[in-house]
Amino acid sequence: MKIYDGGKIFIGLVIFVALFASPFYLNMGKAIAKPELKFDTPEIQRLEKETGKKQCVEPKEFMRGGHMQMLNNWRDEVVRMGNRDQIVIAGQKFDKSLQLACMKCHSNKKDFCDKCHNYMAVNPYCWTCHIQPKEKQS
Amino acid sequence: MSMNRREFLKIAGISTVVGLGGTAAFTKIRESALEAAQIAPNTLALKAKQWAMVIDMGKFKSEETIKKVINACHRIHNVPDIGNPKDEIKWIWTETYGHAFPGQEHKYMSEDMMHKPFLLLCNHCTNPACVRVCPTKATFKRKDGIVMQDMHRCIGCRFCMAACPFGARSFNYRDPRGKDANGNPFIKEENKEYPTRMIGVVEKCTFCVERIEKGLKPACVEESNGALVFGDLDDPNSEVRKILGSTYTVRRKPELGTEPNVYYVIGGNGYAIVPELL
Repeated sequence: MKIYDGGKIFIGLVIFVALFASPFYLNMGKAIAKPELKFDTPEIQRLEKETGKKQCVEPKEFMRGGHMQMLNNWRDEVVRMGNRDQIVIAGQKFDKSLQLACMKCHSNKKDFCDKCHNYMAVNPYCWTCHIQPKEKQS
Repeated sequence: MSMNRREFLKIAGISTVVGLGGTAAFTKIRESALEAAQIAPNTLALKAKQWAMVIDMGKFKSEETIKKVINACHRIHNVPDIGNPKDEIKWIWTETYGHAFPGQEHKYMSEDMMHKPFLLLCNHCTNPACVRVCPTKATFKRKDGIVMQDMHRCIGCRFCMAACPFGARSFNYRDPRGKDANGNPFIKEENKEYPTRMIGVVEKCTFCVERIEKGLKPACVEESNGALVFGDLDDPNSEVRKILGSTYTVRRKPELGTEPNVYYVIGGNGYAIVPELL
């Protein structure tokens, strides 16, 4: 079988594959560090001192993958059903609210929310309405 | 293997019971795994079948009180002051008698009545036109009669603004967190306990739903020195019903059939604003 202009086509193919795969071999072995979240805001430290452990409304593993569904459920319960029952963590009551509960402890949006969201390239628009707290670090 | 009818029914019955029981046990386990946190029931909430308000215009002794009422609402709800009437956001505002009750005014009315600022807000209608037209159900009627707006769902189509005959809804043409030409923010002082809105959504009075559910009366009622009365229309012993049963009250545009739930005592005694121009 004869391929017309075979040489040119194969050179072109090689260049195409090289360019197309460049992100893979250029970044080989250079894994981007996993986002390390910080759980040491003054508020969390105080909770730990008072109760002896760091505790969220749900276990860490659930929160990692499911916080968005949970916030969604809270939103539906509070806004649409008018159910403002509070959540008790170590004797302390919290509203079902991003702005009035989550961020009261996690007052480090840059080191908490943004780190993972940037890593995962997701852009939730919570903060166009909900007011983020003053950034605090330990 | 052959099986008679009786045996078949026995097996079918048992397997149904086991099957139902099995799923119930499964869901029960899953529920308890997810519900790690304890719940403290909200016992503070004020309850009603239909919240309503009576505005006694005779009890506003000065324009200052009205301004105070408006500011209290707009301050705690982060309502921006855009500074021009086209882009204006308002939850509670004033209008002249002629504009508040069109068709009721006449040219022989007292100057006082003609120019007096009437306090207007969302009427939380029993048949809200805005709720009927909302294509996303962003605005809906709660069980306690409050016409609520879910900002998460609002797509900014403004059907509700066209539907509302009371002008109670405002559209965020500008970013409420933005600044005016002189660099002053539209929201002078943010209330960190309440969200703002974003550009492109419609907003309005919520009868202070967040306060009612904490056992507090709406902010305007609290600021008004008794000129605004808030209560359950369904409860014959409520303060609102007592006023409605003893005093002549009017509503805005009742002929449209939306059944507004804000009532006005027109009054007129004891308060006269003399406009500066006269």
